[in-house]
Amino acid sequence: MAAKPHHSTGQTSTKGSIFNDPKVRGIIYQLVLVAGLVYFFWSIVQNAAHNLEKQNIASGFGFIENTAGFLPNQTLISLSATSTYGQALLAGLLNTLLVAVIGIILATIVGFVMGVARLSNNWVVSKLATMYIEIVRNIPLLLQLFFWYFAVLRNLPNPKDSSNLFGVFHLNNRGLFMPRPIFEAGSEAMLVALAVGIVGAIGVSIWARKRQVKTGQRFPAFWTGLGLIILLPVLAYFLSGRPISYDYAELKGFNYKGGMKVIPEFVGLTLALTIYTGAFIAEIVRAGILAVNHGQTEAAHALGLRNGPTLRLVIIPQAMRVIIPPLTSQYLNLTKNSSLAVAIAYPDIVSVGGTVLNQTGQAIEVIAVWMIVYLSISLLTSILMNWYNRSIALVER
Amino acid sequence: MKKVLISVLMGSAMAVGASAASAATLDDVKAKGAVQCGVSQGLPGFSNPDDQGNWTGIDVDVCRAVAAAVFGDAKAVKYTPLSAKERFTALQSSEIDLLSRNTTWTMTRDTSLGLNFAGVNYYDGQGFMVRKSLGITSALELDGASVCTNTGTTTELNVTDYFRSHNMQLELVQFEKSDEVVQAYDSGRCDVYTTDASGLYAQRLKLTNPDEHVVLPEIISKEPLGPVVRQGDDQWFNIVKWSLFAMINAEELGVSSANVDEMKESTNPAVRRLLGLEGAFGEALGIPNDWAYQIVKQVGNYAEIFDNNVGPDTPLKISRGVNALWSNGGFQYAPPIR
Repeated sequence: MAAKPHHSTGQTSTKGSIFNDPKVRGIIYQLVLVAGLVYFFWSIVQNAAHNLEKQNIASGFGFIENTAGFLPNQTLISLSATSTYGQALLAGLLNTLLVAVIGIILATIVGFVMGVARLSNNWVVSKLATMYIEIVRNIPLLLQLFFWYFAVLRNLPNPKDSSNLFGVFHLNNRGLFMPRPIFEAGSEAMLVALAVGIVGAIGVSIWARKRQVKTGQRFPAFWTGLGLIILLPVLAYFLSGRPISYDYAELKGFNYKGGMKVIPEFVGLTLALTIYTGAFIAEIVRAGILAVNHGQTEAAHALGLRNGPTLRLVIIPQAMRVIIPPLTSQYLNLTKNSSLAVAIAYPDIVSVGGTVLNQTGQAIEVIAVWMIVYLSISLLTSILMNWYNRSIALVER
Repeated sequence: MKKVLISVLMGSAMAVGASAASAATLDDVKAKGAVQCGVSQGLPGFSNPDDQGNWTGIDVDVCRAVAAAVFGDAKAVKYTPLSAKERFTALQSSEIDLLSRNTTWTMTRDTSLGLNFAGVNYYDGQGFMVRKSLGITSALELDGASVCTNTGTTTELNVTDYFRSHNMQLELVQFEKSDEVVQAYDSGRCDVYTTDASGLYAQRLKLTNPDEHVVLPEIISKEPLGPVVRQGDDQWFNIVKWSLFAMINAEELGVSSANVDEMKESTNPAVRRLLGLEGAFGEALGIPNDWAYQIVKQVGNYAEIFDNNVGPDTPLKISRGVNALWSNGGFQYAPPIR
């Protein structure tokens, strides 16, 4: 639309000169290109629709409302056998998000620990970290996935001989069964106490920092804050008359029933993704730390900072600027790699979508759903990480 | 710029034009010199490659019969191994000419997928396999069990329906490939392995100790398995349909690969019509008149392909049961060639 003023001014001169105006010409080229692209994709869609109709293949998203008739073995929303394909796909999407979020958190921890360990002065620690990185990142992820899944599975006992901890945690080849807390009336007090504890902890840390700046005296703000966050809800729990009861898992027939369950497919997939991506993150962390001039460490030591605070206060903040962009790529890789879940029966969006695809035969629609889901998750991750990157970037004054 | 635009437009127009005109499958097959046949990724007795890459099985023999009918050469087949999930898309997109992959004939597949089932080469039903040590004798005792199966099949729906209608709970663990289902069941992830009964007998051979597992008596569904083609090409549909019927008719008429040359002397008009000695039935299909002779000679009649691949003398040890001819109390029945 910005083209209009240029266009009208161009009309006052001779006809040939409009096209000689580089600005006008540039806009025309772009418009033609956009029109060409629009026509290209429009014709692909038309072509596909035409062919589907000619071959009597159903199309459209109407199937979303139909009864699915199958149940994934892990659902974060409650599903029944009469739920629709749309609800089944949503359950699959949530399973993908769950494994992606937990995988990203764990892989980041593993990656930072291993990256720092590889730079350690301790020979054993640094060689162990090197071995981990070189072995793990050179074996295809799918093989590691099978290894972790079947290695974990084969070593777990049957439900009847499951390992018990305190008689309430049960581990067997159907999963890890835990008591499920049931919050009864009065448990709101605990929530309030938790909120007070968090606010208190933040307050203490701000106060401690101010005091240190002013007087140079240190205060154990971390431990005080942790104490507040834990002690206050515990106190509230007893004062409000212990309002939490537990639903324990019990062995009935084939399997444990009730309680909370972590399925082995989830454990296998999370382990494989964490360990595999952690190795790449470790190398990124190492590169980031090495990118900070050694003079910074020496300067910090000269100021009297010990190794820990030097790493935490001087090296890591500067290294983060180098680490964040490639780290974002690893987060995106982890999310997309989670689609290998289909190989080990973890009901993620690809696995559930595959079932839907087969029941309805609507390949184009289901693949479109997959692409939109992964594109949305990836773009969202990207936006968050880019925002974080800007917030820690070097600000020039 | 104009040139570029015109070429883009022409290109898109051609893309639309090319896809609108689809040649007859028979002409495509003749031009390629082979039938492109979609099969499973390895199911003993149905479609399974040996260590030299030669495919055998009752489904593979349907592909070979079609090749024998069209080319007079049962070897003119190229195989495309497909997962349960990929199979219909491969057929719809013309990647294969014929899908013969233990595929259940259902209404959805016959209608909204744009496919046609050309007949039934094996009447099956879904069953359950469990460990003998569980001491279970009926599927009705399976409340709360973990059940391993393949994604993208009719089995996950059947088993959910069955448990729901009997008010039982289940945990369904669905794998992409059947090898992983076998491995997971073998390692104790599931109490139950469910698939078509024939598949259970076939997959049981892959377990560590096949003798420790038992197939329960309940058959919970109808699974008529058969070859599939695309809708909209009646000639090709007829060729596949009658290739299958020719094998069943041959068994009924007592014509086998061993005696087919002697049977050419037969005076029975039904045999003479089958072998192309009377009438022009091949011509009506657009293929040589000795089409059925070639099928029986090179592939065999239905009894032969059943016995060679899944019958009592094979590791699968499946009896004819409902797959016997109609005249022997089974379901196999082919319309007459006349």
